[in-house]
Amino acid sequence: MGIAVTGVQAHAQVVRENKVVLAHIYTSTAAIVLGAVFGVIQGFSRASVIGVPPWFDYYRILTLHGVLMALVFTTFFITGLALFATYRAIPRERSMLMGWLGWAVMVLGTAMAAVNILAGKATVLYTFYAPLKASPWFYIGATILVLGTWIVGAEVLSNLLWFRRMNPGTPVPLIVFGAGATFLMWFIATLGVVVEMYYLIPWAFGWTSGINVMLTRMLFWYFGHPLVYFWIMGAYIVWYNVIPTRYGGNVFSDGLTRLTFILLLLLSTPVGIHHQFMEPYIATKWKMLHTLTTYGVAIPSFITAFAIFASFELAARARGKRGFIETVKSFPWNDPTFSGAAYGMMLFILGGFGGLINASYSMDTVVHNTVWIVGHFHVTVGGPVALTFLGAAYWMVPKLTGRTLWRPDLAVIQTKIWFYGMLFMSISMHWAGLMGAPRRTAEVGYLGAQTANQWQPLMVIAAAGGFFLFVSIIMFAVIAIGTALRNEKFEDMTVQFAQTAPGAEPTPALLQHLFRWGAVAIALAVLAYIGPLYDIFQHPGYLAPGMKTW
Amino acid sequence: MLIVFLCIIGVAAFEDNINPPSGLQAIDPTKVVTTPPFDKPGLRKLPDGSYEAYYVAQVFSFNPPVLKVPAGSKVTFYVTSPDVVHGFLVTHTDINMMAVPGWVNTQTHVFRSRGTYLLICHEYCGIGHQNMSATIEVQ
Repeated sequence: MGIAVTGVQAHAQVVRENKVVLAHIYTSTAAIVLGAVFGVIQGFSRASVIGVPPWFDYYRILTLHGVLMALVFTTFFITGLALFATYRAIPRERSMLMGWLGWAVMVLGTAMAAVNILAGKATVLYTFYAPLKASPWFYIGATILVLGTWIVGAEVLSNLLWFRRMNPGTPVPLIVFGAGATFLMWFIATLGVVVEMYYLIPWAFGWTSGINVMLTRMLFWYFGHPLVYFWIMGAYIVWYNVIPTRYGGNVFSDGLTRLTFILLLLLSTPVGIHHQFMEPYIATKWKMLHTLTTYGVAIPSFITAFAIFASFELAARARGKRGFIETVKSFPWNDPTFSGAAYGMMLFILGGFGGLINASYSMDTVVHNTVWIVGHFHVTVGGPVALTFLGAAYWMVPKLTGRTLWRPDLAVIQTKIWFYGMLFMSISMHWAGLMGAPRRTAEVGYLGAQTANQWQPLMVIAAAGGFFLFVSIIMFAVIAIGTALRNEKFEDMTVQFAQTAPGAEPTPALLQHLFRWGAVAIALAVLAYIGPLYDIFQHPGYLAPGMKTW
Repeated sequence: MLIVFLCIIGVAAFEDNINPPSGLQAIDPTKVVTTPPFDKPGLRKLPDGSYEAYYVAQVFSFNPPVLKVPAGSKVTFYVTSPDVVHGFLVTHTDINMMAVPGWVNTQTHVFRSRGTYLLICHEYCGIGHQNMSATIEVQ
């Protein structure tokens, strides 16, 4: 489905589009650099490797780190990637209004939230669990950030609909189908957090006297789990549509790829209660139901593992390579876009299996809220997602600026250092978690308790891993600046997305009806949550006035 | 593989009654200190020889701070919070619960081996969260 831009599209139009995409990508990468700086300080102070000055507020920095990494870095990258995919796969005359407006609204929301966190008015971590009560402007900022993403989502979906109208009978380009599924899922999921804000904002202003704590928690996780699938879908868009072009391969199967995105659209939302297994007032039947659905959402990831490795192998065989070692050696390991994604995939093997353990109902008692969980989401969002996005930035930014990547050799080393740093940090966190070390604490000393003494060395290894990640992200920043400062224009700005092999079977029509599957996704979300929400509304119980405990 | 895992969890849940803690009892958080049995937190022996332990998790401590339990005893823990959300994790056991204001959460454990167990809050609850701990002495 690759469409050459130059010649089809006016050059000025492409330049305008590139500016919007660059704004999203640069904001995203600034967030990860800043977030990593906070991260390394946290790692060292938690391991008590460095003494921190008395004014140092661990939880404030932790809130910033979480918001920057989980909400800002990932979201801006996905909005940028989705716009880039849409603009290039569907070339046409279009207004840049939605892309810019989305970006500006997202930046405004981010700035409002960040200012309040920095001022110490919202040290509530990125989960902002009531009755911890932040400044209303923090909640408003976070809501505005989400609304900004809706503008970008509307732009992606309206282009998808335009393509359908203009090309009846032609399947929507695969990459746009993926981006569309990602944003349809995102609309359904973010409704939860927007409804939560509808309760939190008036309460934070003092207009309502109390808040239903269990309701806010359920609404948060209705959004909180699909949030992680939003990140994964962004990475899958790159894995299916971009990575094969780096080794001369093809999309293994158009239908299987669309099926993967449809399954993610369907099953990302009705799973959130697996974050609430240890909570009172949610009946075990709902917890069991969400265990089943969470196992279901593992299926598209297994399909992806199969399809990506099949594409790898077919490409290697076409070049006459045989056997595992020869196949692996034949890949472009000196290409940072490929190495980023490939190292990310290796980390995702760990992350995927860890996720199944977390989702396993009673087994979650072993790991819930221990630092195992922190290890888990670092080896997922910080592994496959972050590495794929950093690698994709090495591919996208030259395509957007026309400037060749500065020192691709350093970029490959950067992805490698990130991989090892994440491996060390996350394995030691998993290990400490199994030994009972909690997450989200400024330190793990517990007044010299014997049990806690065993956690300390693992926290030091985690901090060392965090230092690798810090070095890696500084290298990324240097490469980004080096690339931006280049004056010579070298790069061919033509973009090709991966295609299916010639002579592939056509995709069944059933797998092309994105919006019909969207309706099914809404139905599934309703079915999964109607019971537990009914229970909560039946007995609202106590309404908490809220407090500031920091 | 997924099906095998699900079968194991399912059998454990339905045959051996191994379920995550899901206390369904409501309580008014503003009256925790006057609501029995949380007005006198601590250990209670039941006629069948097992124990109940009532805990209040509050910023930034657990009440009781020390619990003494005879080795081999079966203890059912009950925990609630009068303020924000707290965690309730006893290291080297499968006791792991959320303490949500307005609700009483519960879980049972048999303490087979002697020693000092660390009870910690594992949900961020404010500036002193890292100091929120207690001990359970199994003698």
